[in-house]
Amino acid sequence: MPDSSPPLRHLLGIEGLNAGQILPILDLAESYALLSRSRSAPRDALRGRTLINLFFEDSTRTRTSFELAGKRLGADVINMTVATSSVNKGETLLDTAATLNAMRCDLLVVRHAQSGAPALLAQKVEASVINAGDGMHEHPTQALLDALTIRRHLGTLSGLTVAICGDIGHSRVARSNIHLLSALGSTIRLVGPPTLLPGAMAGLGNGNVTIHHTMEEALNGADVVMSLRLQKERMGAGLVPSAREYFRFFGLNRKRLALAKPNALVMHPGPMNRGVEIASNVADSPQSVISEQVEMGVAVRMAVLDRLARGRRPS
Amino acid sequence: MSTLFFHNVRIIDPASNRDAPGTLTVCDGIITELDAASAPEGAQSIDGQGAVLAPGLVDMRADLGEPGFEYREDVETGARAAVAGGVTTLAVLPNTMPVIDDPALVQHLKERGNDTGMITIHPYGALTKGCEGKETAELGLLQEVGAVAFTDGTRAIADTKQLRNLLSYARFMDGLIVQHPEDPSLARNACATSGPLATRLGLPQVPAAAEAILIARDVRIVEMTGGRLHFAHVSTAEGLELIRKAKAKGLSITCDTAPPYFLLTEETIGDFRTYAKLSPPLRNPADRDAVLAALSDGTIDAIASDHAPADADDKRLPFAQARAGGIGLVTLLSATLASGLDLLSALRLITSAPAKVLRIDAGTLAIGSKADLCLFDPEQHWVVESGKLPGRAQNTPFDGETMPGKVLRTFRHGLEVYRAGTAL
Repeated sequence: MPDSSPPLRHLLGIEGLNAGQILPILDLAESYALLSRSRSAPRDALRGRTLINLFFEDSTRTRTSFELAGKRLGADVINMTVATSSVNKGETLLDTAATLNAMRCDLLVVRHAQSGAPALLAQKVEASVINAGDGMHEHPTQALLDALTIRRHLGTLSGLTVAICGDIGHSRVARSNIHLLSALGSTIRLVGPPTLLPGAMAGLGNGNVTIHHTMEEALNGADVVMSLRLQKERMGAGLVPSAREYFRFFGLNRKRLALAKPNALVMHPGPMNRGVEIASNVADSPQSVISEQVEMGVAVRMAVLDRLARGRRPS
Repeated sequence: MSTLFFHNVRIIDPASNRDAPGTLTVCDGIITELDAASAPEGAQSIDGQGAVLAPGLVDMRADLGEPGFEYREDVETGARAAVAGGVTTLAVLPNTMPVIDDPALVQHLKERGNDTGMITIHPYGALTKGCEGKETAELGLLQEVGAVAFTDGTRAIADTKQLRNLLSYARFMDGLIVQHPEDPSLARNACATSGPLATRLGLPQVPAAAEAILIARDVRIVEMTGGRLHFAHVSTAEGLELIRKAKAKGLSITCDTAPPYFLLTEETIGDFRTYAKLSPPLRNPADRDAVLAALSDGTIDAIASDHAPADADDKRLPFAQARAGGIGLVTLLSATLASGLDLLSALRLITSAPAKVLRIDAGTLAIGSKADLCLFDPEQHWVVESGKLPGRAQNTPFDGETMPGKVLRTFRHGLEVYRAGTAL
């Protein structure tokens, strides 16, 4: 699978990447998706490489997805979680970096509750760092898998209208998607209550972003509708009064989905709160590609690991 | 089909800047014609004998005690007091028991108003659950069933971040937030304005600046969030000046005051008169004069009754322990006329102006609107006598005052609901 784009050292975010860097990853992921389905992934691609999943936050699906991706490509995969790490014993992030450096790992997948933590690690380790979600900053592989899913169904991302609904302000998924979709020529509509949608979000995405506070306005004629998870703590923080009010005004239901294009895709990064941000009959409808997003997640992560490993000398 | 024909009346409709003699025709509860030369066939002719025919008054701030405090006032008794004062539309506070923080309670209150046949109730929804200042109430769901705006009523939102969230959140529904502008920590346990009088009487004091402190903070948050904020019963020169400047900046800020703050001063407390214990407390003459000036220059958008009924036992207590608040429905028109404003300007503040702030369809004599009418004689004076006032609660701070403007008849949706000297 040859491509001419320059090698990536780390994947810390989508911001700053251009179409020339993004599309080869999607192309490679596309082929890995096919190979995965036929159970014929090249198990020697990462042979001899060590991948460490360093998760400072609970995550089952992302960690599993990276683990599967690494194993399908033949890497030695180690999972480190906060519960079993030295961080709980008072070790700083930079101590952790020094320790990991000494272990000579090649690929370091990091999830952390603080924005910028993977970037800090990237400055201190030899390994290629992949951001698996840092605070409210970015979740680049989620945006890549979303883009791949959209492209498989609609053929392109250029010229599409994508509505991203819900807790935009706290969402790393939304930020990465805004950067990626705008880089590939989509128009983005953000919708949510003003408490969850800072006006400054309109400044992201090179002028391709508009802010809306009614679902009806945002979904009208959209090609893709992305629903975001509403964390329960948002209610405790006074940002949203209740789940029932949130669903009433910002939930993705059939009636609202009908305002989008007839075959508009319904997406959700998971895990879903059914009846809060999305109605069950929408989540399970033929327009939903939520399960496919999970499948594409493994393929995209295989592609990212592969590309980053290619830019490195063999261990 | 019932038709009313008002003639020999001076029609004052602030919504259209009208102040002229004329006639007014009502068919089936709707105003159908102005200045018709003669009564339609079969119409009931009402000779106003030169009195003023104005829109039924719109009171944007009243506590009716129901549910939970019916011993003070309930919707029925409050309605009787309202129509005796020419008031046909009321926005009622949510500080009841239970608090109006559930859509079903909003609907219930609206229906209770309609059930009386005398008044239209527009309930405020609580801004926070239980008016406790902690969790945001379901503002969207409350608005959907008719909450006219949101407030914690007699309690200010103290937490700055929370007010920011509330103003931000309410933007998606263009909701109005009403704030009691008094810094709660400064006002805690206080019952009189800081100064010589409160010092002499030995009463717990709150500085008048407590109002300006909260207004200054809130204005800044409105600037940050772009929300809509209304300050209730503003009572100080400093507070009004801040509002004046905020309005000049083009912010969505409005305010009202209540009659005690432009007619009375802290001297009314006299010898610990608990009927003069109000929240915010009565101020000094300079502040009173500033409120009067702000009524004239348009800084104050509306006058509200601030009707806060109290049972005799709530007031028969040492001053600091007595319940704060005074009734105001029956005196709203007279007290407003006593401000010295011209009739048209005075009536605007209690009809079309509050309706405009609350965005409700009331307070106008426009053709096609519901025939809520108040017929009154501005020249006739009357003495406010606690114990003889309509309604259950009698705690008026104007007890013993002679006031201008006698309500003669009140109509709601074309039906007569009050006639002076007659029980309907």
